[in-house]
Amino acid sequence: MIAIEQGAQQVAQGYAVHQIYQIYRILPEVVLTITGVLIMLIEPLLPSRASRKPLGGLAIVGTLAALIASLWQMSLPAGTAYHGEVRTDAFSVFFHVLILGIVLVTLLTAVDVFLPETENTAEFYALVVFGAVGMCLMTSAVELLLVFISLEISSISTYILAGFRRHTGKSTEAALKYFLLGSFATAFFLFGIALLFGSTGTTTFAGIAAGLPGTATPAFAVIAVAMILVGLGFKVSAAPFHVWTPDVYEGAPSPVVGLMSTAPKAAAFAVLLRIAFEVCPSLHVRWMPLIWLLAAISMTVGNLGALRQQNVKRMLAYSSIAHAGYLLVAFTALSREGIAAAIFYTAAYAVTNVGIFAVVSHYGGYEEKLLSIADYRGMARHFPVLGGALAFFLLSLIGIPFTAGFFGKFYVFSASLSAGVLWLSILGLVNSGIASFYYLRLVTAVYSQPASEAPAVRRPGWALQLALLLTVTATLVLGIFPGRTLAMARAGAATYAPSSAITGSLKAAGGVSGAPLPVTPLHAAGQ
Amino acid sequence: MYLALFIFFAVLCVAGALNLLLQRHPINSALSLIVVMTSLAVLYLLLGAQFLAAVQVIVYSGAIMVLFTFVIMLLNAGREEHTRGSRAAFLVGFPGAAVLLALLVQIFLSARGHLAQARLGEYVTATHTLSSVLFRDLLLPFEVTSVLILIAILGAVALARKEP
Repeated sequence: MIAIEQGAQQVAQGYAVHQIYQIYRILPEVVLTITGVLIMLIEPLLPSRASRKPLGGLAIVGTLAALIASLWQMSLPAGTAYHGEVRTDAFSVFFHVLILGIVLVTLLTAVDVFLPETENTAEFYALVVFGAVGMCLMTSAVELLLVFISLEISSISTYILAGFRRHTGKSTEAALKYFLLGSFATAFFLFGIALLFGSTGTTTFAGIAAGLPGTATPAFAVIAVAMILVGLGFKVSAAPFHVWTPDVYEGAPSPVVGLMSTAPKAAAFAVLLRIAFEVCPSLHVRWMPLIWLLAAISMTVGNLGALRQQNVKRMLAYSSIAHAGYLLVAFTALSREGIAAAIFYTAAYAVTNVGIFAVVSHYGGYEEKLLSIADYRGMARHFPVLGGALAFFLLSLIGIPFTAGFFGKFYVFSASLSAGVLWLSILGLVNSGIASFYYLRLVTAVYSQPASEAPAVRRPGWALQLALLLTVTATLVLGIFPGRTLAMARAGAATYAPSSAITGSLKAAGGVSGAPLPVTPLHAAGQ
Repeated sequence: MYLALFIFFAVLCVAGALNLLLQRHPINSALSLIVVMTSLAVLYLLLGAQFLAAVQVIVYSGAIMVLFTFVIMLLNAGREEHTRGSRAAFLVGFPGAAVLLALLVQIFLSARGHLAQARLGEYVTATHTLSSVLFRDLLLPFEVTSVLILIAILGAVALARKEP
């Protein structure tokens, strides 16, 4: 059915003459996979004492190629491939570019931080690149099985990366905790998929969206959406599913934390947006209160938790919980403007946070000796560039004008206020005020009189300088000229054709609407 | 007849899963896992998924469990020591699980009239049908699984390699 739709779409757009090969739709993923395999093949050929930095360079080149490939995908007409498994459109391209940009900065940071004697460096690069395959596929998948498998690729690679510093107990603990709790959350997600299949007889997004309004078992669908929300809530570390976050962020290597606090989260938010507004718009009366609650708890728990932390990585962990909460506020607006705000906020938070962790990774070194706020005293005097960059990123997390964070928060709260979600917006604004306290505490430490002589931190190499340049530029551009990115986010939001229907039905007293469809029995659907 | 078979193996499956958790010696747990896997295979067969049942026996009950048992014996794992368990698990975990179970049971029972009936033992899915779903409709997820397995291998090597 999907193939026919796709064909009809292409004819309608006049592309019937030009063949669009299906592989074009997954080109960035293919490039990344080839890069990962190349890294694994070349590693054994290198002498065992030789530096693994060239492999990091190869990973960076591969990621750049994938980035170019996904930008090129914009020239394709929006459409699906592989029997309606993936769809490339403005939405998927936006998230592809964001995720690949994050991966690029992470790789640059890793090249800078890894010492010559660091073990398994090549495996690290390969795992990051393979993980990116999963994250990218999550944002373009329009079928629940593919979503699940790519979610697993992204999760399992992050579980392993979290435990990479094997000689420390904390890293192993982080990996084990993350793995056990993550598998638990995955089980919820999978059960949700099974129940959605049970109530509609299909796993494609379009099929579920068409089947849900007329399903004979609406209770199944509601519990399915709730379970999917639990699974994804864990992945984006929204409270009350956040308990793992501080411990894992503290134990995992800093470059990995920079990656996993941004890229898998962006991908999970992309999936959540698609599920909320494309798969289950007809159930918005049910999921909206749940997301409202998640957002309120996440913002409050995250910010109150961060106030008490002395360890910078733990503080940033709580801050990432709070930011997941702000992002969820945009969902409750139930409008295209809200979707665009959520997409923009994901980008704004990601570029800022990955930049912070680039600084934290370099300052702490691979052994992560300097982690408490007291260690950051006088950082700006000894290392003006690092200190300045850190302070700039922290200001962006607060939401000071001329930084990405300002417009992120501005769009989110203006979307939610214009949709009439008053109390949640007030709670969010109060929380932003509380948050500025702990961010500013770190800024003050960075710019205060140093307590002792300069700690033994290396001068930043070219890789870190490039990473900082990229993130600072991105944060500035999003904060001064947000128009272009916002236009792209709006184009992404505009791919949700049915979402205008929800907002319409919401205004008209919000009932479950839509023509009832015949429900296919399970056996017939399996064939 | 089919119903009796179903009930027998369903009960056996749940009992095996419970025994897996309650046993103190890893080898006993591994053997209970074989019971779970094999009774699942019978359930698949009852639902007409003959190929899946065969694969379940060969891959899970056979290959994977042999590997499990080998690893346990090679590591010479002894009886595990039981801790008291955390209080949070007792206060929140068990009631939470009970509430979830009750909720699911309630929903399944309330929707009973609308659910499709599974015809036990009267239906056979040909391998041909399975392959057309797996290799045509779901080709991309099938191929992408290879990346997943590659990551698992890579991670196992990276995490288990002998420290220098």
